[in-house]
Amino acid sequence: MPYLGSEDTERELRRALCNPHIQSDPLRYRNTVLKVLRAMSQGVDVSGLFSEMVKACATVDIVQKKLVYVFLCSYAALNPELSLLVINTLRKDCQDPNPMVRSLALRNMTNLRLSSLVEYVEQPLTAGLRDRAACVRRVAVLGWAKIHNLQPNSETDAAVVNELYTLLRDPDPVVMVNCLRALEEILKEEGGVAINKPITHHLLNRLKECDVWGQCEVLRVLQRYRPQTEDELFDILSLLDASLVSPHPPVMAATLSLFLGLCSALPAVGLAALERVRAPLLTACGSPSREMRLTALCHIQLLLRSLPGLMGAHYKRFFCGYAEPAYIKQRKMQVLVELVNDDNVAMILDELRGYCTDVNTDTAQAAISAIGGIGRSYSDRCLEILTGLLGLKQEHITSAVVQTMRDLVWVCPQCSDTVCEALEGCEDTLQDSQGRQALLWLLAVYGERVSSAPYTLEVFIDGVRSETSVGVKMELLTTTMRLFLCRPAETQDMLGRLLHYCIEEETDMCVRDQGHLYYRLLHRGIEETQKVLQGRRSDPSLGVLIGRPAEPVSQWACSFNTLDPLKQGPVETEPPSRGSPEHVTFDPKPNTDLSETLDCSQIVKLHSASDRASGCSDSSAEGLASSVAPPLSLSLTPVLSPEEFERLWLQRQDLHTEQDAEKREEEEDCACLVEHIRGPAIAHCSPQSLQAAMQLVNIQTLAFTPPHTLPWRVYLFTHTQHTHSGNAPHSTLIVGELLYTGEANRRVRLVKTGSDDGVLVEGSEEEHVREGGDPTPAGLRESARENGEEEEVKVTLKQQPRDDSALKGFLSILTTVLHTLSSERA
Amino acid sequence: MISQLFILSSKGDNLIYKDSSVRGEAGSDVINVFYEKVTALPGDQPPVVMNHGDLHFVHVRQGGLYWVATTTADSSPFSIIEFLNRLASLVKDYCGDLTEKAVQMNFALIYELLDEVVDYGYVQSMSSDVLKNFIQTEAVSPRPFSLFQLSNVGLFGAETQQSKVAPSSAASRPIQSSREQGGKSEIFVDVIERMSVVIGSNGVLMKADVEGEIKVKCYMPNCSEMRIGLNEEFSIGKSQLRGYGAAVRVDEVSFHQAVKLDEFDSSRILRLSPSQGEQTVMQYQLSDVLPSAPPFRLFPTIERDSGGKLLMYLKLRCDLPPKSAAINLCASIPVPKGSVSMSLELSSPDQSAELKLQSRSIEWTIPRFPGGTQLSALFKVEVPGLSPSSLMEVGPMVLNFELPKLTVSGLQVRFLRLSPVQPGPAQRWVRYVTHSDSYILRI
Repeated sequence: MPYLGSEDTERELRRALCNPHIQSDPLRYRNTVLKVLRAMSQGVDVSGLFSEMVKACATVDIVQKKLVYVFLCSYAALNPELSLLVINTLRKDCQDPNPMVRSLALRNMTNLRLSSLVEYVEQPLTAGLRDRAACVRRVAVLGWAKIHNLQPNSETDAAVVNELYTLLRDPDPVVMVNCLRALEEILKEEGGVAINKPITHHLLNRLKECDVWGQCEVLRVLQRYRPQTEDELFDILSLLDASLVSPHPPVMAATLSLFLGLCSALPAVGLAALERVRAPLLTACGSPSREMRLTALCHIQLLLRSLPGLMGAHYKRFFCGYAEPAYIKQRKMQVLVELVNDDNVAMILDELRGYCTDVNTDTAQAAISAIGGIGRSYSDRCLEILTGLLGLKQEHITSAVVQTMRDLVWVCPQCSDTVCEALEGCEDTLQDSQGRQALLWLLAVYGERVSSAPYTLEVFIDGVRSETSVGVKMELLTTTMRLFLCRPAETQDMLGRLLHYCIEEETDMCVRDQGHLYYRLLHRGIEETQKVLQGRRSDPSLGVLIGRPAEPVSQWACSFNTLDPLKQGPVETEPPSRGSPEHVTFDPKPNTDLSETLDCSQIVKLHSASDRASGCSDSSAEGLASSVAPPLSLSLTPVLSPEEFERLWLQRQDLHTEQDAEKREEEEDCACLVEHIRGPAIAHCSPQSLQAAMQLVNIQTLAFTPPHTLPWRVYLFTHTQHTHSGNAPHSTLIVGELLYTGEANRRVRLVKTGSDDGVLVEGSEEEHVREGGDPTPAGLRESARENGEEEEVKVTLKQQPRDDSALKGFLSILTTVLHTLSSERA
Repeated sequence: MISQLFILSSKGDNLIYKDSSVRGEAGSDVINVFYEKVTALPGDQPPVVMNHGDLHFVHVRQGGLYWVATTTADSSPFSIIEFLNRLASLVKDYCGDLTEKAVQMNFALIYELLDEVVDYGYVQSMSSDVLKNFIQTEAVSPRPFSLFQLSNVGLFGAETQQSKVAPSSAASRPIQSSREQGGKSEIFVDVIERMSVVIGSNGVLMKADVEGEIKVKCYMPNCSEMRIGLNEEFSIGKSQLRGYGAAVRVDEVSFHQAVKLDEFDSSRILRLSPSQGEQTVMQYQLSDVLPSAPPFRLFPTIERDSGGKLLMYLKLRCDLPPKSAAINLCASIPVPKGSVSMSLELSSPDQSAELKLQSRSIEWTIPRFPGGTQLSALFKVEVPGLSPSSLMEVGPMVLNFELPKLTVSGLQVRFLRLSPVQPGPAQRWVRYVTHSDSYILRI
């Protein structure tokens, strides 16, 4: 857009450019050209001066030439005819003895972006490829890519492509890298430059000569190469080892990316490479440039998905600096949550508490939800901090705390007492709809335990007319209904008022519909209402699980060293807008490499053999093993979703707690078994190895607690296929839990199993333990002595439909796996 | 690969724009798209990577300017950010300074630089050794007459330290002028350390990190080799303990690739042939421990007085050696929400403090704080409806300061030798500075 008076400026500049006195004085001429450019960069339209500038191009002054070229390249597209005039000067310059002039002319010739000029450019470009000076060759090589881009449909000259391939051997490393770039562009349709063995080895040998950017380019192109033999692969890897720990983050990242690509079939090597880049990545996290710090942090988050323990010892490096921007602080907190373990939890929580009062509300809220995340495994300490924060009576903090508590209670129902106490009186501070929605949800679920709940609701209902958020209104309706069910006397009146308002006055369709729904529901009677409204208040089965199972590297390798990890903001990982807590979901990815079903009779044999050898066998397990005569095979299909698993698991539990033993006898379609497996120290195994081992025999693990936490749990499932002699194949579904409570909790466990007596079918092994372990202190000590250093893992299995022999077979397989794992560890 | 490259001022003015790919994929309205995205977000911290359809913006902030590149989704963020940072430091080398004014005045030089550095969206070369053969435009120095220059003149005009101390602006001049004007041939070796410390309310050091670097800024046209000697008892890693006491220890070290380390193991000497301009020769880190006592301790007393005011009595002690001093110390203490006004008593007249309502904190400024001394301040903050729990909102105190002529790690440059011996007066400067913008004292 021309500025006011631009015509005057243009006229003045034209007069100056044409002035012979100025033209004869190099310095004044150059300054006039500079003025034109200044006008151009300030947004004045000076395209009218094109022909004068073309004349100014014919000069010996290189600075002036460069300035004119900047001008010409910007305006050439508007003046294609006049641009022909420039070509002559440029072609003359291509013959200049000074290599700088030659490269300058060649570069700008290709930068004019006019396809009509291509025919004039090809000849100097061909000559440029054979120029003595490297700087001219660099320009010429890229020039071919530019020309190709101008005429994408035209056939590329095979001779040029050949020449470019030859120039890969050019002594100048930049020429070599430029050749790669140009060939990638020109041969895009054929999939880019051909990466065969000689080229790969040539590029790798010359990697050291290139600068940082050249190395990155070469490493990127090499990702397409697939080594033919394993020896070659390892040669390449050892050659690249030095760049893996390069002090330049771009080279380090490009190398790791290449490593992960090359080692996709060798996950162990890939993991070792991740260990190797830990130091350079941590250094990048302390880089003076905050953008670089962010990039490194985001990539560390990727790495942690596969190696959760990678940075555990370095947690202090992720403490936030005061002056750091909010986006770095939030990332660091996300990393800190992943790094929590028994040793550092106190320090990390102390640090996070400091961030909760940050001036930036986003940072403060992120810190609070980070504490909530840690609360899934260390609930007591975190709740103490969270309730302390409520005392500050600040809107944004209270809102974040209430939302965090809601999420926490959903997975850890044991926190509910503390939460209910804390809720009193925080409704005055809450202002935003998110926070109030969370409060309402909590009141709905734990209304009978919060004494002031009806009064709180009354305030909400009185103010419903001025309420703007639809979400809050809907939540309010549900809460009032649920509270009515447990405290009818106090809430009846206000429920009536609310329903009246919603049905008669409310304009929003959703709220009104919901009001109608509840109204009609109440007409159907209280039992019906209860059935509909009494939902689950928590998700205890997955409560203690915080860590996701470690993902294989291949899950994220393709997004490593791209912009993707930086883009997903903290907002996306922790969506703030939801009325009720989300399920903690896990995505089990069935390993397709494994055969879907696996005959395990061989493993069973192996188990009994190894048991005898180790000498710590228990007769019952052996008995089980020998009883598995018919072949039993396990399979992972159909895959059980976590929600389905949860449903099955809880359903079974209810069944057994509510029904009598006799009734259970009649339940023919399902079976339940509690078993203790002795010896294995599997609770100390890494989740990866456990998962891998389980998958080997086609048992899918759904969720874990991280290692070294107590109680330690694993949830798993599988399908058995059991061929009775003569009968049709009979298949069952088994879901199970492994529980390890540790030495300190032994007493609790014993008492618990005692109380479970007669409710669950106990395995013979369990009987034995209970005989020795009378739940009195003396008996306890005795049993502890009896067990010695041995540790036990409690296995609870549920099967549907019932098939005892298959269940026993499965149990023996499981025992074998666990024993193998723990002996490996020893 | 970089499609477009532009430099914007903090107000959104377009200073430099280059469609470096020659592909013309997007019009020049990318600048507006970018700036709209930046201004649409609250706060002054837009995310580093933003996208608009297929267009991906990556930017860094340097010198108050936005350095923006547009690129494709699969390009490496490490490379692009490193490139933008390097570009900013090149511009700083060539223009002498990194301000909006300097960039505006030297736009021709920067266009020339960009032309050589990026061709068709590919980085060609960013080493100042290579570039100096190609760059012909001279830099225009934007520095006007400044009162700060006068501060070097001593009492009654006597030139007290003029010859021993280089003015702080000496190293911010364009590298090229030395060639044309035959100007002073000088070399600066800067040891810069950044410290971040957290001290618990009980005075225990909870976290200490030092990140240091040695930077060489060279204005010598013909210096083939220089040798930098570090402390002889300099050791790397936790295991290499040599004798008692005085060892200077760091955890990790990395060097510029041009540094030759053949004498490093035996006598801690770095050999390099410096190229013109600024380069980081060595970077090091030290975590968890400080070789000496942390430089500042705080002794706070915080209470509610009978009139419902918040009383903060803060004693700040500087534990530096007596000859050193911290300068430009700025302490900020968060105060409870709803604070209205403040009255204060400070222990000496050169300090100042004010209540910043926007950031909800007290800013306490101390221009100079000598080692071994103690300062105190009494703040009475008026907070309507002050509750006991509001006291939790006070703190932590964050210090922001500079320690000139001092490195907390103890790293020193023993000597600096140039070869061949420079004809004429060659000046060699070694400067030490430690600064911290994250020195947190819990209350």
